Amino acid sequence: MYLSTVSRPVTGPPGPRRRRFAMVSGNVVALGTVSLITDVSAEMVAAVLPLYLVLGLQLSPVAFGVLDGVHTGATALLRVVGGFVADRFRRRKLVAGAGYALSTVAKLGLLLAGRSVPAIGAVIAVDRLGKGIRSAPRDALITLSTPPEALGRAFGVHRAMDSVGAFLGPLAAFAVLLAVGQSYDAVFVTSFCVAALAVVVLVLFVRERPDGEPADGPDEPRVSVREAFGLLRGRPARRIVLAAALLGLGTIGDGFVYLLLQRREDLGLRWFPLLAVGTSLAYLLLAAPLGVLADRIGRLPVVVGGYLALGATYLLLSGPVHGWPVLALTLALYGTFYACTDGVLIALAGPVLPARLRTTGIALVQTGQALAYLVSSVLFGLAWQAWGPQNATRAAALAVAVVLVGTLLLLAPPFRSVPRRVSR
Amino acid sequence: MTAMSTRAKIAVVTASAVLLGAVAAGYAATAAEPTRTPPPAAGDRAVTLTPGPRLLAITDRYVSAVAATDPSGPRTVSGLECLRVYAAAGTGVCLRPENAWSYQVVVLDSALRPTRTLSVPGLPNRARVSASGRMVSWTTFVGGDSYTASGFSTRTGILDTVTGATVTSLEEFAVTRDGRRHRSPDVNYWGVTFTADDNRFYATMSTQGRRYLVRGDLAARTVETVRENVECPSLSPDGTRMAFKEAVDATPAKGWRLSVLDLATMRVTATAETTSVDDQAAWLDDATLAYTLRADDGRPDVWSVPADGSGAPKLLIPGAESPSPLT
Repeated sequence: MYLSTVSRPVTGPPGPRRRRFAMVSGNVVALGTVSLITDVSAEMVAAVLPLYLVLGLQLSPVAFGVLDGVHTGATALLRVVGGFVADRFRRRKLVAGAGYALSTVAKLGLLLAGRSVPAIGAVIAVDRLGKGIRSAPRDALITLSTPPEALGRAFGVHRAMDSVGAFLGPLAAFAVLLAVGQSYDAVFVTSFCVAALAVVVLVLFVRERPDGEPADGPDEPRVSVREAFGLLRGRPARRIVLAAALLGLGTIGDGFVYLLLQRREDLGLRWFPLLAVGTSLAYLLLAAPLGVLADRIGRLPVVVGGYLALGATYLLLSGPVHGWPVLALTLALYGTFYACTDGVLIALAGPVLPARLRTTGIALVQTGQALAYLVSSVLFGLAWQAWGPQNATRAAALAVAVVLVGTLLLLAPPFRSVPRRVSR
Repeated sequence: MTAMSTRAKIAVVTASAVLLGAVAAGYAATAAEPTRTPPPAAGDRAVTLTPGPRLLAITDRYVSAVAATDPSGPRTVSGLECLRVYAAAGTGVCLRPENAWSYQVVVLDSALRPTRTLSVPGLPNRARVSASGRMVSWTTFVGGDSYTASGFSTRTGILDTVTGATVTSLEEFAVTRDGRRHRSPDVNYWGVTFTADDNRFYATMSTQGRRYLVRGDLAARTVETVRENVECPSLSPDGTRMAFKEAVDATPAKGWRLSVLDLATMRVTATAETTSVDDQAAWLDDATLAYTLRADDGRPDVWSVPADGSGAPKLLIPGAESPSPLT
């Protein structure tokens, strides 16, 4: 069913070299472009928001902590509801677009919120809501526009484009600040304009369904709530959602990883932001090649490899060896973990979820992972308190091993039959 | 959907990009701040930190001084740019921009000359000097650690200007909370105030969503909790009371009431200032507090209020912030 509903925009003779590049569909490139532009916009704001709140508005740390209290639970629920709506009305593009539009409007909201902490909190919540709503339909569109054997590459290319945007955003923000002085408003307006451009690209270039797929006739039954709940009754779908949640339990979060690195290397605190930059760089460079690798050798081995890299990261963080080479290696491994898992996990999940319920399924996978991560980061905080940072990190490495065994037990048998790359 | 040709789509995207770019550029052009005119040269009426009946404050980002008897009167503005300033016994501390993205702590002598400079992470928040002029402390905000978490943290450092010993972050100190050893990665400190012995100090510590007044010992590198819901403490010159901001209903989102804690009885008296105060107050003498309030657009004014809960707040230095008596 997959191959018949998906077009392959192969132009020219399908020679082995040419094919590698041609196999990312136009829709994936369009979605990647939208993500790239949107991330420029989002990271522009993220880069100057602390400056704006503290120096521009003179808010204090606890006021900022209040802003951070965003209801993850509510966002998670809305993500699944958004996924269901996208499936029921077969309007994935519309729901994704609504998510992008919400975040776009939020940029202007920052201008209007003034010094009111609740208003700024609400604006940030709207921004995150938009982000929560759009990711599942976007990923569903990628899976529906790509033959299953090329999903790894498609997600790899998409995630690489996405991180390029995240990379450029802060640079763009500082360029604006340099040009206009300390006018944060100008950064927000520029960010809004950039985000609006992304919505225009989405409207014009992203297609709801690939060429060749018939528009749904009136006789095609709509996805019902009951059918959505039934999704988890199917064994493969249930297993992938469980596995995603399980894998989420193995991660302690960027904040802790960078804090541990900073402490053990006694890094000047001013270099702190560069840790995230180093990780994104590795992620950006490796996302596409590892996606291609996932298509060749199977996605599960690549995800397993990613978690091995994560376990190694934790071991390095708790180990006796210090110095710059170790720091670089740790960041490279951590970036590899992201490159091996973020897109590849959805590429693994996509073919298992029925096309009718693809968005709901992906939303469940992402939500399961996010909620589990929330639990594990709290648990890690408690472990740190009880045993100190070093032993807590060793425990985290052990948790990764346990989680990996559990994931293999869940996923290995049914996923062996997932179509590999078409042989030449 | 529409049957637009690829060429038409590209034309629309290009047109949108040009239009949106013009909007952004147009807004930036109108929003650009006019270049700040440097303050007049100080000449013979230079700002000094020599103890005397004057108040130090920041006016339009520059260190300035007014007469204590006529604080809204003539003002002497120096050429020293600071975001926070404080002084005592001829020693000053200034938190100022080092370049566009980083800030530094500058220790000043009584003629406002830098004697020591330290680069600090994050954005300036609080600055204090002990009454003897020996100890200097600062607090900065450090940004969220990644793009997935916007959690904010603070770093508080202390410098001994005599020995040069520096604590870059109080987080290294051992914590006793309610009598028990407390270890947590989320411990944050802000707003140090020193006692007369230049070793003991008080500060705010936050952990697990609670904010405590802590008493610290620099030599022993320890802190212990004293009371909950006390932020930005400021010890009175006689060492008996602590001015602080108390979160309304223990919820910072509801704002803060400027209050005073009697350290002998542990009784709290709210001051007559009912507007939310988000500042570390300064004691002008043993009976009066000074603090910064901001208008909705962020414009600051320095106000004062009696510390015993009586009287009413009054506008002290219009258009200024970061007040400090020159004792």
